[in-house]
Amino acid sequence: MTDASELPVLLDPVLQRHQSRPDRLLQILRDAQDVLGYLSDETTAWLAKALGISYAQATSTRDFYAFLYRENRGRYRILFSDNITDRMAGNQALFKQMLNYFGIAPGKVSGDGLVSVDLTSCTGMCDQGPAILVNEMAIPRMTPQRVEEVCALVSRQVPLAEWPAELFVVEDNIQRADLLLGTTHQPGEAIRAAIARGRDEMLFEMRTSNLRGRGGAGFTTGIKWEACRNAPGVRRYIVCNADEGEPGTFKDRVLLQSYPGRVFEGMVIAAFTVGAHLGLLYLRAEYRYLRPKLEAYLAEMRAQNLLGKDIGGLAGFDFDIEIHLGAGAYVCGEESALIESLEGKAGKPRIRPPFPVTCGYKNQPTVVNNVETLCKATEIAIHGGAWYEAIGTKQSTGTKILSVSGDCERPGIYEYAFGVRISQVLEDCGARNAIAVQVSGASGTCLSERELGRRIAFEDVPTAGSFMIFDAQRDMFEVARNFAHFFKHESCGFCTPCRAGTALLSEMMDKIAEGRGTQYEMNELLRIQAVMKASSHCGLGQTAGNAVADTVQKFRPSYERRLAQTDFVPAFDLDAALAKARQVTGRDDAHAHLGAEA
Amino acid sequence: MSDSMNSVFDSANTFTIDGRRVPFKPGQTILHAALEAGVYIPHLCHHPELKPHGSCKLCTVTVNGRNGSACTARAMPGLEVENDTPALNDRRRVLLQMLFVEGNHFCPGCEKSGNCQLQALAYDLEMLAPHFRHAFPERPVDASHPDVWLDLNRCVMCELCVRASRDLDGKSVFMLAGRGAESKVVVNSPTGLLKDSALSIDDRAAHVCPVGAILPKRVGYAVPIGERQFDQATISHQVDYLARRTIPIKAVEPATETEGA
Repeated sequence: MTDASELPVLLDPVLQRHQSRPDRLLQILRDAQDVLGYLSDETTAWLAKALGISYAQATSTRDFYAFLYRENRGRYRILFSDNITDRMAGNQALFKQMLNYFGIAPGKVSGDGLVSVDLTSCTGMCDQGPAILVNEMAIPRMTPQRVEEVCALVSRQVPLAEWPAELFVVEDNIQRADLLLGTTHQPGEAIRAAIARGRDEMLFEMRTSNLRGRGGAGFTTGIKWEACRNAPGVRRYIVCNADEGEPGTFKDRVLLQSYPGRVFEGMVIAAFTVGAHLGLLYLRAEYRYLRPKLEAYLAEMRAQNLLGKDIGGLAGFDFDIEIHLGAGAYVCGEESALIESLEGKAGKPRIRPPFPVTCGYKNQPTVVNNVETLCKATEIAIHGGAWYEAIGTKQSTGTKILSVSGDCERPGIYEYAFGVRISQVLEDCGARNAIAVQVSGASGTCLSERELGRRIAFEDVPTAGSFMIFDAQRDMFEVARNFAHFFKHESCGFCTPCRAGTALLSEMMDKIAEGRGTQYEMNELLRIQAVMKASSHCGLGQTAGNAVADTVQKFRPSYERRLAQTDFVPAFDLDAALAKARQVTGRDDAHAHLGAEA
Repeated sequence: MSDSMNSVFDSANTFTIDGRRVPFKPGQTILHAALEAGVYIPHLCHHPELKPHGSCKLCTVTVNGRNGSACTARAMPGLEVENDTPALNDRRRVLLQMLFVEGNHFCPGCEKSGNCQLQALAYDLEMLAPHFRHAFPERPVDASHPDVWLDLNRCVMCELCVRASRDLDGKSVFMLAGRGAESKVVVNSPTGLLKDSALSIDDRAAHVCPVGAILPKRVGYAVPIGERQFDQATISHQVDYLARRTIPIKAVEPATETEGA
């Protein structure tokens, strides 16, 4: 417990680090939580006052993010990644093992205030799951032995910084390298190449390359940059979207871990082309372990004059990069929600138009690009647009990195020229007996066996990179149910169809799982999904029901064998609903129960 | 067709809704132009005195074949808007049902009945039952303020109070906090209670609520049931009112001399 009088001593350094800027509220809340362990109402009120913002505004931001806690969650806050791939790798048993060890319930802190254990959305370690986070530090490849080890470290109260480094080793697992992953990086080469070309030619090369955004939507990058450059504004910003939250995706984690030079140089080239002076990299909290290395890399770039003033010796080309951390909110991968989050607010998507290229960060023209997209810009700066355009397919140029996980012998990172067939990827990664592939994550498309001849490309099967494989022993209903729960947890709550729809879908999937579903629920799932798709405010709600709809249509038997053989069954147990009445009246005789058939 | 082409409208500045020509002033949204032209588009989170928000999604129409919120989409010359179609109204009915089950809405016991836009929309779109399983959320009532009730059981999260308090009253008394289905309106006061906030009965935020979540005290039945705004005609037949209304939605009789309600 912290005494209120201690708050100034403890939190003044945090405020100073962020110049007491209200627009840095999220970063301030994060740092304050690092100091205090959680953000009580009292702490939040104190911070609000210090920043000159309303208490409601501060609580609104705090309560939006899953990794910010209003109540004490213990000195060790352990979260098990609960993506379907973690489940397939056995995370549930490990989760129970740890709960039993500490004798606590999920999400509840132990009596001595030492530890809490809960589930969280996909942490991006699908090729080396099951994974956990301990105070946001990633530990992959959990086994019963590693659970024991972690439990012992917690019990002995060993500070996290002194835990064996081996626990925190995250593998790259690069299984197939092509243009991007297979070439060596000469620091500064791409930036110098861009400067040599000049702003106009660099933009021309980008347009010629026909590079399309790798975050999933596939907007043409050159057009985005040009729109930002031409938009009226006082300052321009480059934002790197490293909020890789789509379940099953982890390629940006590998790029940030082992190819940071290309990511940052891509940002510098974008800044050079559009005329920006500040870049912001929005790093998802789950990848927090990468931050020190990334900061060190930025410092090295400054030392080499690849960041800072007069970059590459070009007078007046000033640009620097800041790293912002997310706090557990998938919706912040949506570019306008990400900008809201960068401005310290709850990550709720804005009304579009206006788009960020004209009205983005601080209402100024802003380019928001995915990590992989920015890496591609370095290739185009060096080799030119025509060279790039010749790779891949006509509408999908260049290469694409896939994050392959699930039922295969060699999960990991695969880079292919666009146009590769799904079956080729399956063969390369050693996937036998695949009955389904979920492409582009929970919000993507579920392909059945009959569709494995299709190609990865914007014009056929578009993807942000997630590629989860399911073989014959898997139950596609459970896959869809996992995704339904994910979206319920991640809906921002702004618009009706997504807020209420994700809750209804998830509830209905649970009802079917409990054996209380009927044909009626099957139809309802599709009906709700259709409304969400047509009416939701942003891509999250529009796609949140896709996996359910795909599996209802393509894997019907996995639903049907759970259905009750009647037209309709209520969602609740009639007899159980009387439990409270029995308790109150002190009765438990046969007449106080409904028949078993009820 | 006698589309009255008002002289303030450039004849090029027209679009169509369900085939009917609608004039607009540059900068207007589709919903704004429609209401001014007497064309009804169902809506809940829109108010003519406040900036577009686009969260309830009841005004979703198709614009040149694509779905969009009429309250946030700008009117453009030549747009073809579909609005009053069975498919769109079906969706609206589902959205209403979602709103009904995610909160606790008991019209017969609610003093907003007859003045409530959610209820009016449900009648108008012939929503006969809530259809989905009720979530029955537990939401406490805040009766602490001397002049205003806050009953979030009826909240539809339209953020009209948030916007009115921030943009019209300059107070930011309300804010939507939390996430997803756990979202809720919070009050800006150290205790979280309305009595400790800056809200006054004269604030527009105290009167803007389209449902019965924020209610002025002691005037509940000043206008009897049966004589209320939407008792006179269903909401779709009150386009002129919807286009020109000011906050409060319906003027309330000043409280007669009674103390300590």
